[in-house]
Formats: sequence, C-alpha cells, structure tokens
Amino acid sequence: MFQRLPEACDSASRTSIHFTLDGLPAEGFAGDTVAAALLALGRDTCRQTAVSGSPRGPYCMMGVCFDCLVVIDGVGNRQGCLVPLREGMVVETQAGKREIGR
Amino acid sequence: MTRLEQVSDLQPSYDVVVVGAGPAGMAAATEAAAHGLEVLLVDEAVSPGGQIFRAITQTPLRNREVLGEDYWRGRAAADSLLASGVHYLPGATVWHLDAGLQFGLSVGGRAAAVTARRAVLATGALERPFPVKGWTLPGVMSAGAAQTLLKASGMVPQGRVVLAGTGPLLWLLASQLVAAGHPPTAILDTTPTGNWRHAVRAFPGFLRSPYLAKGLRLLMRVRRAVRVVPGVTELAIEPGASCAAELVFHRGMRPAERMAADHVLLHQGVTPNVNLANAAGCALEWSELQACFRPRSDAWGRSSIEGIAITGDGSRIAGAEIAALRGQLAGLDAACELGRMDAEARDKLAAPIRARIATYDRGREFLDRLYRPSDHFRLPHDEALACRCEEVTGRQLREVAALGVPGPNQMKSMLRCGMGPCQGRLCGLTVVEAVAAARGVSPADVGYYRLRSPVKPITVAEIASMPRKASDEKAVLRV
Ligand code: FES
Repeated sequence: MFQRLPEACDSASRTSIHFTLDGLPAEGFAGDTVAAALLALGRDTCRQTAVSGSPRGPYCMMGVCFDCLVVIDGVGNRQGCLVPLREGMVVETQAGKREIGR
Repeated sequence: MTRLEQVSDLQPSYDVVVVGAGPAGMAAATEAAAHGLEVLLVDEAVSPGGQIFRAITQTPLRNREVLGEDYWRGRAAADSLLASGVHYLPGATVWHLDAGLQFGLSVGGRAAAVTARRAVLATGALERPFPVKGWTLPGVMSAGAAQTLLKASGMVPQGRVVLAGTGPLLWLLASQLVAAGHPPTAILDTTPTGNWRHAVRAFPGFLRSPYLAKGLRLLMRVRRAVRVVPGVTELAIEPGASCAAELVFHRGMRPAERMAADHVLLHQGVTPNVNLANAAGCALEWSELQACFRPRSDAWGRSSIEGIAITGDGSRIAGAEIAALRGQLAGLDAACELGRMDAEARDKLAAPIRARIATYDRGREFLDRLYRPSDHFRLPHDEALACRCEEVTGRQLREVAALGVPGPNQMKSMLRCGMGPCQGRLCGLTVVEAVAAARGVSPADVGYYRLRSPVKPITVAEIASMPRKASDEKAVLRV
C-alpha cells in the first residue's frame, strides 16, 4: 500500500475526486492517475493476465509495461498509469483479455 | 505555449514535430520555436517534464528537500516552454512515424495524421528489465515507478520497503525516501564488485565532473539511514505468507538469506526507448559499455533517416543535464536545416552548449562502468518471465535458442515474446541477450526486434475516426 505524505493530502489545498472502483465508492486526489489512486487505496493488484490469469499490478508507472490495465468507463485495456483520475469515473479491475465491445 | 486538447486542434503539418516533453524534448521544442519555427510538442503525460521532471508544474510536494534541487531545476525548463510559441499536445499516443515524416497520433480515442518537415524524437529512457523470478508479483515494481508516485502524487510505499539492484536512480530514490521521512528498510546492492576495477581508469574524469559532489552527498545520506547489503549475486522473489513478497538472495558463496517485504523496488539502470525510432526505420547500434541498443546518430542527433533527429536519453543515456543540452542542439539544427540560420551561425550558437556537455560527459564513463549490471542479472532466470505480456520464461527462451534460433524476430514467431501490448519494450533486451548468450556471440550480431507501427496498441475504431479524403475511400472501395 502507498501512503500520501501529509502535505500531499491536506484537503484544503488539494481537490478530492470521487469515483467508483468495482462498484464501490472510492476517493482520490486531483493529480492522481487511476493507477496511483488504486495504489493509495491498497490495491496492489489491478488485473489478471490474459495468458495465465495471474494477478498483476503496475510495474513501471510510465506507460511501458501494460501491467496496470483496467476497465475505465466501460472501456477495457486502458493504461491506468497514464489516465488522469476524473470525478465520477467508473473503474473496474480487468480479468484477462479485453472483452469484445468494451 | 498553446495547449491543444484534442486531435481536432491540430494543423495538418508543422515545421517541427517533437516527441517527448522531458528535458531534451522541452529544450528542442523551445529552441526551434525561438527561431520562428512552427513547433508541435507531443507527449504521453498530462503535464511537461518527462520522467525526470515528472509533474514539475503540478507536484503536490512543497518541501523542496524531498525531491532535491536537481528536480526543481526542471521548473526553469518548463517555464521557458510555457513562455514559448510551441504548440503542446499532452496525453497523446504516438503510434506511427514513417520515413516520409508522417505521424499517427491519438488522444482520448481519436486519431489523426500530422506531417512534419523535421522530426525530433526525444523519447527518453526506460528502466532496464530485471528478469528475476517473481518480478511480476503484485507489490514488486520498478524504482522509477515509486519515484513517479512520489513526484506526481506525493506518495511513499508503506511498511517494509526493500530496494534491490544497482545504478544512480536506486540511490537517488533511497535518498528521496529518507528525506521524506520514510527510509527504506534495506538496499540489496547487486553492483558487481569487480566493476570497480573497470571503473577506476575513468575516475580522473569523474573527479573533475559535477557528478562527484552530488554522488557523495547522496551516498552519505542514504548510508546513514538505510541498511545496505552489498555484493548480492543471486536474487529471487517469492510470494510471502504474511507479506507481499519474500526476497531470497545470495552473497557469493554464502548460504541463502531471506528478507520479508511489503514492497520490492527493482532497478538496474536505464536504456534508450528506441521503439518509435526503430519502427520508423532508423538504424540501431549496440553499445557494449551501456549494454543496450541505441539509434545511430551524429553530433546533431541526426539519425540514419533524412529529417529524423533523435536526442536526449532516447539516443544515448547521459542524464538530464546532457539531455537538455543535446535537445537544444537538435533544435538549433532544425532551425538551420529549415533555413532560419546558416551553418556558421548554428555552429557558433552550439559551441558553448558543446562545452557544457563536455563538462558533464567527463563523469559519465565512470558511472557507466561502475553501475554496469552483471550479465547474470541481465539474462533471464529460468523461472523468471522474460516476456511479461505473453508470459514466456527464461527457460523457454533458452530451450528454443538451443534449437538454433538466430535472433529475436524468429524467437517472436516461436514463442510470441514481444508480441503483447508492450510491443517488446520490456523484453527486447532480455530476449536479445539470451539469444546472444546461447549462440555465444555479441548482441550486435543478433540485432534487435524489427518493430512496425502501430508501436502502441490502438483500436480499429480510432483509425476509423481519422479524417479522410474521397481519394482515401476510393483506394479501398470496390465499385
Ligand atoms: S504501470 Fe506500466 S504501463 Fe502502466
């Protein structure tokens, strides 16, 4: 789990952002990517691989490894480490391959 | 600077298109625009800075001590960019570039084509793969990833945090975590002890470079606060019973030691991100000293393809200071090539920049030699996933290599390695070095993956969203 330094989460200076994670309400901060917000919530795993179904979480946080793939607003295979968190976003962990049509 | 939000804001063509808004890309774009050129700067991130100055304009951290003055120096570069006439497209994927200097870009699910008169690729560096058993477990990430979380979101890993590997960035991250009040539990140092012997002859240059004072300060701060385990020669990561991961390591002939960790942060240096240059057809060359492929380029950054320059760490690993200076040279050269100045004026402006590059360059060879990761950790362990996407192990690579597979492209057809979404970014070097070792030749003889666009996955719907002319439709419609 990742922890925010006190100066990085005083809500007077940073806007909090509400989203849903696998159907449950969750919170992050402006400036977070989706992957960062998930790590701060203790979600070290964000997907199961397409080949063997093993759990994976973000490895590089810079768009290289594709291990941060999640479903965002119904669209699968999004790189959570590149997508900024937005108010009202619907985020789901991704099991295996992207499904056709999402 | 004009910030563009979507591909429909783009012009069909620009004088210069720069890819990557790190130190090199920011400098190249700012310099070219200063000479009156129309410049488009495209970047994957949402704000300028690249990885080294990640989130420099919007980091939530106010205590400058944590990230250090070298980080905050990036602010000046970002400010020059903000004050320039550059058109800046953030949050964009560059999935295509060809020898005709046509780019394929996409933002938020919409794609467009843009043509450049000159292209400057400043795609920066990637962390070198660290293919040990268990490097794919949740809770294990690269040191650079943890640093990104610190810069962009002000987050630190909680609990028992173990850093493992070698290279300046590993020590820099450790010192930043110390400064943030969350020192890591331990550093497992995999720097080969024999490296000193090779590095010592480059020491005089290092002594006269700005890196000496910086390096010493960093090492002292870390060593005071963190347990450092030197001489680690074997490393594996297993899922822990009561923690995310358990590290199993050896120091030479000593018996195996174990260490529990909630977070494992791996690092063994950085290598140029060559994917876009490779797919565009730019020639690559093998660097034995830095143990990586890099695009062939001249003193201005010009690649083997007319009109495409490659600059910064994307062409040769040399650090942020040199990257920015070389970016500036690429900007000057573009201005010269596009008729904004003659070669004499360009050379005159370049002279003081080259002098500064030389000051830093003096110290690089020592760092390269000292932190060159061992062959053992560059080659995939039998049980490690060499290709994380297609889940191909080191053992499979070796078995297939033993059948006489000549290079990585044939390996691709046999095992699918390099064919997943990362398009070989993370397994390329591992696969090449494994094949080279099996054949007993240099990676230079084996060659790299031959990549083709799209270099990043895009959907058919994105391609279909591209504006098209009647003649394009005629080309595919049967009447
Ligand atoms: S964490 Fe590697 S691509 Fe997102």
